[in-house]
Amino acid sequence: MVKYLLRRILLLFPVLLGVSVIVFGIMFLTPGDPAVLMLGENAPAEDLAALRERLGLNEPAHVQFGLWLSRVVRLDFGRSIRSGRPVTAEIRARLPATAELAVLATLLAIAVGVPLGVLSATRPNSVLDHLATVGAFTGLAMPVFWQGLIMILLFAVVLGWLPPSGRLGGWQYYVLPTITLGTSAIAAITRMTRATMLETLNQDYVRTARSKGVRQRSITYRHALRNALIPIVTVIGLQFGGLLSGAVLTETIFSWPGIGRLAVDSIRARDFPTVQGVVMVFALLYALVNLLTDLLYAYLDPRLKTRYS
Amino acid sequence: MAEAHAPVRARAHGARSWWRILRSSPRTAVGALLLLVISLAAVFADVVSPHPPNRQYLRDRLQPPSAQYLLGTDHLGRDVLSRIIHGGRVSLQVGFVAVGLALAVGGVMGLLAAFYGRWVDSVISGFVDVLLALPGFLLALAIVAALGPSLVNVMIAVGISFVPQFARITRSAVLQVIEMDYVTAAQAAGSRDPRIMFKHVVPNALSPIIVQVTLSLAGAILSAAGLSFLGLGAQPPTAEWGSMLNAARGFIRDAHWAVTFPGLAIVVTVLALNMVGDGLRDALDPRRMVDQP
Repeated sequence: MVKYLLRRILLLFPVLLGVSVIVFGIMFLTPGDPAVLMLGENAPAEDLAALRERLGLNEPAHVQFGLWLSRVVRLDFGRSIRSGRPVTAEIRARLPATAELAVLATLLAIAVGVPLGVLSATRPNSVLDHLATVGAFTGLAMPVFWQGLIMILLFAVVLGWLPPSGRLGGWQYYVLPTITLGTSAIAAITRMTRATMLETLNQDYVRTARSKGVRQRSITYRHALRNALIPIVTVIGLQFGGLLSGAVLTETIFSWPGIGRLAVDSIRARDFPTVQGVVMVFALLYALVNLLTDLLYAYLDPRLKTRYS
Repeated sequence: MAEAHAPVRARAHGARSWWRILRSSPRTAVGALLLLVISLAAVFADVVSPHPPNRQYLRDRLQPPSAQYLLGTDHLGRDVLSRIIHGGRVSLQVGFVAVGLALAVGGVMGLLAAFYGRWVDSVISGFVDVLLALPGFLLALAIVAALGPSLVNVMIAVGISFVPQFARITRSAVLQVIEMDYVTAAQAAGSRDPRIMFKHVVPNALSPIIVQVTLSLAGAILSAAGLSFLGLGAQPPTAEWGSMLNAARGFIRDAHWAVTFPGLAIVVTVLALNMVGDGLRDALDPRRMVDQP
């Protein structure tokens, strides 16, 4: 188990190094002079030259990358062109809002998706099963940004039950963004739970349990669901990537002050240090959640544990 | 041996087996029909649109749906239905170009990785792992951020973000086919690598790739619309579903139809592609055929 854990953690480094090459490369190849972007078109030539020297822009690409990376590993992404504040401080101020939203959406998706998938699988071809399937297909096809707008239209404009945007001021502000962000994850988890439950309910050990006279409830939850959990956990982990992507759009629609909106605002303002910082943080978060998923996977599947110990 | 050749033989009766897939699954048939209608509307957009998509009827701004404007007008007095029909053309184009790019690049990467193995596989798989380290939409977002906002850049960015999926699927499909006796036989007979790849390996590895193309089209259309919604894709006055939503969201209180209908167009298109993709997966995957009652 420890060996597996170490292997998995060590594998993170080459991947994150690769991401940093891509993030640096993308911004490096972008047309436009960062010094001009920071100081403005009309800055005196000597100021621009001094800034270029200070930022190392006169060095060859690999030296620039080395300089940049040595700062990035210390979580120093430079200063935001827009606000002049350190990028790390900007991200730190907004990360909690995104984390809140992502965690709430994940919890909602599990709380709705798993029971719905189990119910569908235990009553295949029932009305509920068909409704859940249609709902899941629709949920997967709905663009996050449109769903958000429709929810605002319905619950804020027409019914007036919930606030259309903002974050601080009570639980009401969390409802619409959480549902908007969580919908596609609910759909994916429902579908995966239904499929794997159908498969496990057909296994021999379930038939054995049934013939022993074990109650249906106990069969469903103790025998089948526990074994179906492994692929479900994988889907939950995979959905987190979708949640990070969805957060960019959800935060934009609901004026949610998280790092997704920070990314969009920075792209529009061509604030490249901030864009680089946010993208690296997204990659780091995604990698950590994937790591966590793999560990949970190993914990749930004893076969993996023995293979690596 | 006989089983290994089965997929190729099935393809010889292509039209008939497609028909069989459609008949056996109503869901797939509905999806295919919807796709046909959407595609025809996109191709003949100039003929079927009741109004020119960019014509501004300034006296008829924010009009609700009526006989004259079936789905209403937007804040500049443009006919929403005509813009949705023309927007479909843009969305399908973006989807096809992006997925084509992903298929070409990712497919070749996967083929080379599986065919040559060893260091070629290590290098390609490592690169794919790095691309997978960012969720697809965020990768596309970062690339568009660098390239600058435009529809062409969205196609490139979304295309690149789908490369890893095609590389992986092609690699695993080819790895399965390459074990077959007829590939070994061709190698023993002295066929050159490109001939083996395209004559023996690729045709037999196509099924999962076709499924992936369909499902990726749906994903690519969603991603592209999302980027346009953020103002990073199609620029005004181009009629594109995502940018129509972006322009109309400010008027949601007065003209909900300008928000509702372009979004519905996205939902229906993506839904249709997913239904067809799912149906194809069930039909083309022999393991699943056994599972099905």
